[in-house]
Amino acid sequence: MSQLLPFARRSASAAPDPAAGTSRMSSSEKFISIEGIARRYPAPGGKQNTVFENLWLPMRRGEFVCMIGHSGCGKTTVLNILAGLEAPSEGVVIVDGQAIEGTSLDRAVIFQGHALLPWRTVLGNVAYAVSSRWRKASRAEVEERARKAIATVGLAGSEHKRPSELSGGMKQRVGIARALAIEPKILLMDEPFSALDALTRGTLQDEVRRICIETGQTVFMITHDVDESIYLADRIVLMTNGPEAKVAEIVENPLPKSRDRAELHHAPGYYALRNHLMDFLVSRSKTLRDAMPAGYDQRHPPVVRPGSDEPEPIPIPAAS
Amino acid sequence: MKASLPLRAGIVSLAVLAAFLLLWQLAVGGIAKTEAMDPEYAALMGASATTGKSAMPGPLDVAATAWKHLKDPFYDRGPNDKGLGIQLAYSIGRVALGYGLAVLVAIPIGFLIGMSPLMGRALDPFIQLLKPVSPLAWMPLALYTIKDSSLSAIFVIFICSLWPMLINTAFGVAGTRKEWLNVARTLEVGPIRRAFTVILPAAAPTILTGMRISVGIAWLVIVAAEMLVGGTGIGYFVWNEWNNLSITNVIVSILVIGLVGMILDQLLARAQRLVTFPE
Repeated sequence: MSQLLPFARRSASAAPDPAAGTSRMSSSEKFISIEGIARRYPAPGGKQNTVFENLWLPMRRGEFVCMIGHSGCGKTTVLNILAGLEAPSEGVVIVDGQAIEGTSLDRAVIFQGHALLPWRTVLGNVAYAVSSRWRKASRAEVEERARKAIATVGLAGSEHKRPSELSGGMKQRVGIARALAIEPKILLMDEPFSALDALTRGTLQDEVRRICIETGQTVFMITHDVDESIYLADRIVLMTNGPEAKVAEIVENPLPKSRDRAELHHAPGYYALRNHLMDFLVSRSKTLRDAMPAGYDQRHPPVVRPGSDEPEPIPIPAAS
Repeated sequence: MKASLPLRAGIVSLAVLAAFLLLWQLAVGGIAKTEAMDPEYAALMGASATTGKSAMPGPLDVAATAWKHLKDPFYDRGPNDKGLGIQLAYSIGRVALGYGLAVLVAIPIGFLIGMSPLMGRALDPFIQLLKPVSPLAWMPLALYTIKDSSLSAIFVIFICSLWPMLINTAFGVAGTRKEWLNVARTLEVGPIRRAFTVILPAAAPTILTGMRISVGIAWLVIVAAEMLVGGTGIGYFVWNEWNNLSITNVIVSILVIGLVGMILDQLLARAQRLVTFPE
């Protein structure tokens, strides 16, 4: 690298963006709307542990939303509720104008540990999903759709391999193919790449990004990885630490939709965004849990756009 | 250079066999002193009294008798003299019937117990109480209620095959990975299809383990059961030959029982390999 960027520059602050008012979604814009959900578990002594409560979060159609937070903040629970695998203790989730009830083929899940059926081949795993979606489809039609989905994730030629013969990255590709094959309205991903090595993770992020842009997929993804969220997300939801986690703020990604991984760190606003996210994970996720700023409204978490009111970081020549 | 492990193991096996046969031959050979006696009386008493020959047959006698049985396994000269093949066929038939019935009962109930924690808890005391009962203890009850000795033997096989299959099926079904079940749930797979496409394949290796244990127990129990009920079967044959004091035939039967048990076990082992999936 021939240039150094000023790392010292901090993002604007957590204060709501002047443009935040315009970021509040109108109800017609909301494709998914999480409305006041809570999740409680019974605790010994007749008490209850509250993972989170009164959580509100809207999402637009075709939007890529990442949720970031430390372990135990209930990210996976939010995803499971969206998937219908768990029911909220309170509140509802509305998708496309309808409150969800249980699981649905409209909401595909990509699991953290791929969750392939080991006794089926790659084709068998994807075909299982396809034949669940289109119950009356002929065998040939099912196979054709499955093969198409497998080709989309770049696994053509491996259709007859079993999951045990595949590498971790290939298994997760099959998981993605299985989710895409049923043409869901929403894709839910629970740290899909966390078990992969950095190189494979990068390739799969590129694939997912390409596929989601091509198909205009609405995606909700949970991640630990700040860089992953910067690269993939349109908006990043920051959760405070659990228990009783809250949506601290929603960060709008200021980077252009057409992002190039190699050039990403030169893009204006990149460091402001990255520093903002890192600051949050390192300290603010804890301080904000203990005390939310005045005027915080759980129903309308502040929307921020780091670096938007700052000048571009000026590259300084490296000392030679 | 060393020969391959299977070859070396085979050589050792053969050596052990040869040593055993040699010792056997030496142990039963006529080495004791002969008493002087009236030739007529000697003819009456037989070789064991006159030449000191042991009543225990040697390996060559056994081999000759085994060959005789193998040459003509299916003869039938009345209720007390049937070929070894016929006796084995009776035993295998009883095991197949009793075991088959047990499969039909144990696997569905095992599924129920494995899928429903309520039923699992509710049925657990009964299983725990009945499982350790020796299958032969059921025999009098079976004879009294069924009033047919052959059917009673089948019932005893049924009851002894039931428990390992039941417990293993329940265990395998309950152990189906949550993530596979979640896959089925997110794909809106119905309960019947889920049972056949997710739970059954996931539990199949464990179920087959139970079936393999069961077939071993069934084959153990049939010999004892047939000794009790009599009439036909390899167990009855062993007991009948004991009453005939034909130790040779008893030894041949032991070998044949072992052989059939081994084949049954290997069949199930092969089936188990077919349903086992690498992870």
